[in-house]
Amino acid sequence: MVNLKINNIPVTVPEGTTVLEAAQTAGIEIPTLCYLKDVSCVGSCRMCLVEATGARGLVAACVYPVAEGMEVQTNTEKCRKSRQMTLELMLSKHKKECLACERAGNCELQRLSVEYGCDPNYFEGEPLTHAIDDSAPYVVRDRDKCINCNRCVAACKKQAVGAIGPIGRGYAVHIGSAFEMSLMESVCVGCGQCIVACPVGALKERTTVGEVWAALADPSKKVVFFTAPSVRATLGEAFGYPVGTNVEGKMVAAIRRLGNVEVFNMDVTADLTIMEEAAELVNRIQKGGALPMFTSCCPGWVKFVEQKYPAFLPNLSTCKSPQEMFGGLLKTYYCKKNGIDPKDLYVVSVIPCTAKKYECHRPEMKGEVDAAITTRELAKMIKMAGVKFDSLPDEAFDDPFAACSGGGTIFGATGGVMEAALRVAAQLLDGKFEVIDFPEVRGAVPIKEAAYNVAGVTIRVAVASGLENAKTILEGIKSGERKYDFVEIMACPGGCVNGGGQPTLPDSIRNSQNLKELRAAALYACDKGNNIRRSSDSPVMDVLYKEYFGAPNSKKAHEVLHTTYKADPRI
Amino acid sequence: MEHCEAKCGTAEQEKALEAVIEASRSTPGCLMHILQEAQGIYGYLPMPVQKKIAEGLGISLSEVYGVVTFYAQFSLKPKGKNRISVCLGTACYVKGSDKILAEVEKELGIKCGECTEDGLFSIDSCRCVGACGLAPVMMIGDEVYGKLTPDKVKGILDSYKEASK
Repeated sequence: MVNLKINNIPVTVPEGTTVLEAAQTAGIEIPTLCYLKDVSCVGSCRMCLVEATGARGLVAACVYPVAEGMEVQTNTEKCRKSRQMTLELMLSKHKKECLACERAGNCELQRLSVEYGCDPNYFEGEPLTHAIDDSAPYVVRDRDKCINCNRCVAACKKQAVGAIGPIGRGYAVHIGSAFEMSLMESVCVGCGQCIVACPVGALKERTTVGEVWAALADPSKKVVFFTAPSVRATLGEAFGYPVGTNVEGKMVAAIRRLGNVEVFNMDVTADLTIMEEAAELVNRIQKGGALPMFTSCCPGWVKFVEQKYPAFLPNLSTCKSPQEMFGGLLKTYYCKKNGIDPKDLYVVSVIPCTAKKYECHRPEMKGEVDAAITTRELAKMIKMAGVKFDSLPDEAFDDPFAACSGGGTIFGATGGVMEAALRVAAQLLDGKFEVIDFPEVRGAVPIKEAAYNVAGVTIRVAVASGLENAKTILEGIKSGERKYDFVEIMACPGGCVNGGGQPTLPDSIRNSQNLKELRAAALYACDKGNNIRRSSDSPVMDVLYKEYFGAPNSKKAHEVLHTTYKADPRI
Repeated sequence: MEHCEAKCGTAEQEKALEAVIEASRSTPGCLMHILQEAQGIYGYLPMPVQKKIAEGLGISLSEVYGVVTFYAQFSLKPKGKNRISVCLGTACYVKGSDKILAEVEKELGIKCGECTEDGLFSIDSCRCVGACGLAPVMMIGDEVYGKLTPDKVKGILDSYKEASK
């Protein structure tokens, strides 16, 4: 252990700890911009400069290791002046559109500029004239708001995608794709991890809120919403609730107050995905189909395979994602049952994901979901509608798509799809198999592995979240080092609870709390509290298969609930 | 990564590039070296070449492009048969080499960093060629031209045009 003093407060921390981490243990906050726990630590923004004995000049606390007897001062005149000037230099080439910026009130640069009393026009920069890149439905980039902190680059590299990087040198340096390609032309998979990493408003999703308002105002349209499993566990953050608060009831009530809508539970089509996927897995195992089978509910992951590993396309489950299954179900079964012309039904999905915005435009999906909005966009709509979120009563989802199994709900966390599928697949293989809990596949560990013996068959499974870990799995399978029968992949680290469409939280929270675990815990609590744990036990599944699909993987099911993929090699 | 095809110049050039990548790929920090060799093979670093390098090293194209655009020694544009380099180092600059550069640009109708359409000339600037006594200086290929004045530029360029005929 190392003993030091920070602002005269004695601190004892393990060797190798940085000054920034040591200060956190003493309750002292050092401002940061380029630092983001688990994502980026390069010491380039110079916001965290502190005075430390034994060092020449100021040092970057985020990368400077502690030493025995060191005395650190974080809040001297010298530190404050340095930070103020750094901020003013950043502001000199920042598009100061703060009145209407997406991140106003939730921007790290804005917060620090106010705290340090900066003059935003102290330095006159060159005119800002760069075009906004809105070529892709998932991410919109405004270079003139970028402060070159490189957090997005680190997040993208950590995803093994590398669609963006620093270009050029000195004053001309900027973040972009190789050869100044647009994001749509680049290798970007749309996961949106760059958006949640961005401290300012340089990155955001392409919003479709305007189209949803227009549909709500159109008397010829019937508008239905459905919400993805993880949204209940994160929406509250946009209204000041602690991370990991389940606000399902208020979420449903709030959506009802946006207009004349019905609000459905996407956990239902998560159950439906499991019904189809578990049957597909058992079929592949028994009839010798392409194994390992990969889950296909994550559109960022699907795009990653199409672009970088097309040889694995036959291994992807043909199941559509729960979002697209719901779109198909609503535009066929639901319209038929209620005598609605499908073109008069406007389907809005609320998802934690930016890649799903791209997914609903894929030609194979036939536009069955009209608009996909992120958790952030839903929060914005609720605020615009003047709904006082915290005083809403708890309300329940609308029938016939309300009841779900616990298995459907845990889709929102890494390992959830695997566990839900195992619950059903194991029973398909062995009618007497009653195990419901598969703790081996839970938790935000990068890669989880397990093997289960069911009816004399050993099923080897793996679960990975974060595309860097997916890459490890794929390379391992390619080289023959790794052997599995069923693999769950989620593009975002921790799964959908940590998706690119989730509320952007201040660095002070992101750097001190484990978002992935806190949010996932809310979903596992739902699962535990649900009388129905297995998707196949859900009464809604019973109705859907009896009334419409017949059996999992039937011809009708294939028409509505399954899809195809195409290779799109990119580098 | 797989299935990414990139046509990289002639078959000989492509083979040479593949050999360079293969020889250095396991050495940490080999990207700079490979880029220098690749520029030697092609004269510049177009997209297919950078893609091939990225693929060969298992890194992203944006990482390769970031390094290429960071260093002035790398070029994204082809170089001419005659590579003109006007010295903008301190001694040459105070002796008016900016006017020499402007004259070369005017005479060839291209900007510094570009290549003429016929591929005969490309213009770059450099920092000191070690001939400050002759300032202002420019180089064409390995030839040094000193004590220049703007009115001498046309004659020098014409001699290269003649030689290529």
